[in-house]
Amino acid sequence: MANVELSTEEIRRYGRHLIMPEVGMEGQKKLKAASVLLIGAGGLGSPVGLYLAAAGIGRIGIVDFDVVDYSNLQRQIMHSTKDVGRPKLDSARERLEGINPFVKIETHELRLSSENALALFAEYDIVVDGTDNFPTRYLVNDACVLTGKPNVYGSIFRFEGQASVFATNDGPCYRCLYPEPPPPGLVPSCAEGGVLGILPGIVGTIQANETVKLIIGKGEPLIGRLLLFDALKMKFREMKLRKNPECPVCGSHRTITKLIDYEAFCGVQPGWDSYAREEQFEITVDQLKKRLDKKDDIFILDVREPQEYEICNLKGHLIPLRELPKRINELDTAKEIVVHCKVGGRSRTAVEFMKQAGFRKIKNLVGGIDEWAERIDPTMPRY
Amino acid sequence: MAIQIMIPTPLRQFTENRESVSVEGISVGEALKSLCTKYAPLKKHLYSDDGKLRNFVNVYVNDEDIRYMQKESTPLSEKDVLSIIPSIAGGTA
Repeated sequence: MANVELSTEEIRRYGRHLIMPEVGMEGQKKLKAASVLLIGAGGLGSPVGLYLAAAGIGRIGIVDFDVVDYSNLQRQIMHSTKDVGRPKLDSARERLEGINPFVKIETHELRLSSENALALFAEYDIVVDGTDNFPTRYLVNDACVLTGKPNVYGSIFRFEGQASVFATNDGPCYRCLYPEPPPPGLVPSCAEGGVLGILPGIVGTIQANETVKLIIGKGEPLIGRLLLFDALKMKFREMKLRKNPECPVCGSHRTITKLIDYEAFCGVQPGWDSYAREEQFEITVDQLKKRLDKKDDIFILDVREPQEYEICNLKGHLIPLRELPKRINELDTAKEIVVHCKVGGRSRTAVEFMKQAGFRKIKNLVGGIDEWAERIDPTMPRY
Repeated sequence: MAIQIMIPTPLRQFTENRESVSVEGISVGEALKSLCTKYAPLKKHLYSDDGKLRNFVNVYVNDEDIRYMQKESTPLSEKDVLSIIPSIAGGTA
C-alpha cells in the first residue's frame, strides 16, 4: 500500500470514507491499489461498476461483447437511451470515467473462454461475476479457483436473487454449492423468464459491497454463506455453505486442474430441442422479406448440409448444425442473426444452442427455406 | 406432521404459484415425496429417472444443506423449514 498516495482532490472526494475508522486513509489507499474485473456490463455489472468507480477502486476491468439494446435500459443503469446500438463497453467506460476520473477503466471486448480466462484473471485482484448463463458461471468459478482470485457472485431470476463470495482460500466455491448445472432449458434465462429491473440493482450493490469489504479487509464477508433475496416479500434469508471436500475443482482430490469445455459440461449441444420457442426468438418468412427489402443488416446463418445449400439458398453463411459447436466463433454476437434450415427444426436447435452460448440477437426462421420457397420465391427449387 | 417447504421462483409454475407448500413427512425424503405426490410434474425436476435427488437441486433444512446432514434421511421436526435452492444464472441478459 505504501506506494499509493491520494491527491488533495482525491482526499476531498473520498472524505466520507476517510473519516470512518473502518475505511480511513489506509482503506482508501487499499481501494486505490486494488483491481477488480467485472464479467458482464449488464444488469449486475451496472451497479457494481458504478459503485466501485465511485468508491475509488484503482483499476476496473470490464469484459463484455454486447451492444446496448433498448430492452436493456429497464435495468442496466450504466447505459443511457442515447447509447442504444453502441458497444456496452463504450458507454460503460464513458459513464464510469464520468463518475470518477481517478479510476483506470480497462475494457476487454471478448467472449470469456477457456482460452483467455486465466491470463485475464491473473491481471486482477478480484473477479465479480455478473454473467447470465451457466457455462460462463462455471468458467468464471473454475478460473477463479485456478488463479486464486475471489469470485464475488450474484445471480437473479424474476424477483429472486442470490449472492455469495466464492473461491477464497478457505471458503467454498460455486461448484461446492452446485456440482452440476441443470440441463439446458430447465431454468429459464432472464430473457425468457423476465426480471424485475430493480433486482439486479439490489444484488449488484451487494456484490459491490462485498468487493469493497474484501479489499479493505473489514467486516464479515459473504464467504461460506449464500444470501437469498426475495424482492416481492422483501426478505433476506441466509444458507450455510461448506467447502465440499469432494469438490472436483477446489477439493482435496481435484479432477479439474485446467479449464474445460464449459458448453459441453453444461450440456449445451445440438440434439435437444424441446424448450422455449418464444416469439422473440422467431421470425416469419414475411417478416424476414420485409427486413431484407428495407436493407436491414441481417446475418443469415444456414445450418443445413452443403448438399442442401447447393439446391437452394438464401445466400446465408453455411455452418451445418453438427459443426456449430466448434465453429461458433465464426459468428458475431453483436450482429442480428436469422438462422434457418429446411423446415425449421434444426435451426430451432441451433438457436437454443446459441442462446446458451450467449447470443441474444438471434431468430429462428419459422418454416425454414421451404416456407420461403412457398410464400416468397416460387422460382426457388424445393426438395 | 406438517412441514413447510419453500418453493423457489423457477419451480412455482408447478405448485400453482405457491411460494410455500405444507406437506406431511418425518424426514426430508418423505416430505419431498409428498410434495411430488401433490404436484406430480415437479417430480422430474427434483428427481432423476433412477429416483435420485438431482445433483443441481440443493435442499436445506433451515439453513443447513442436507448433504452435510443425513441427506434424504435427515429427520424433520415440527418447526423445520425445508428450502429448495435451485441454480439460477441470470445477470446480464
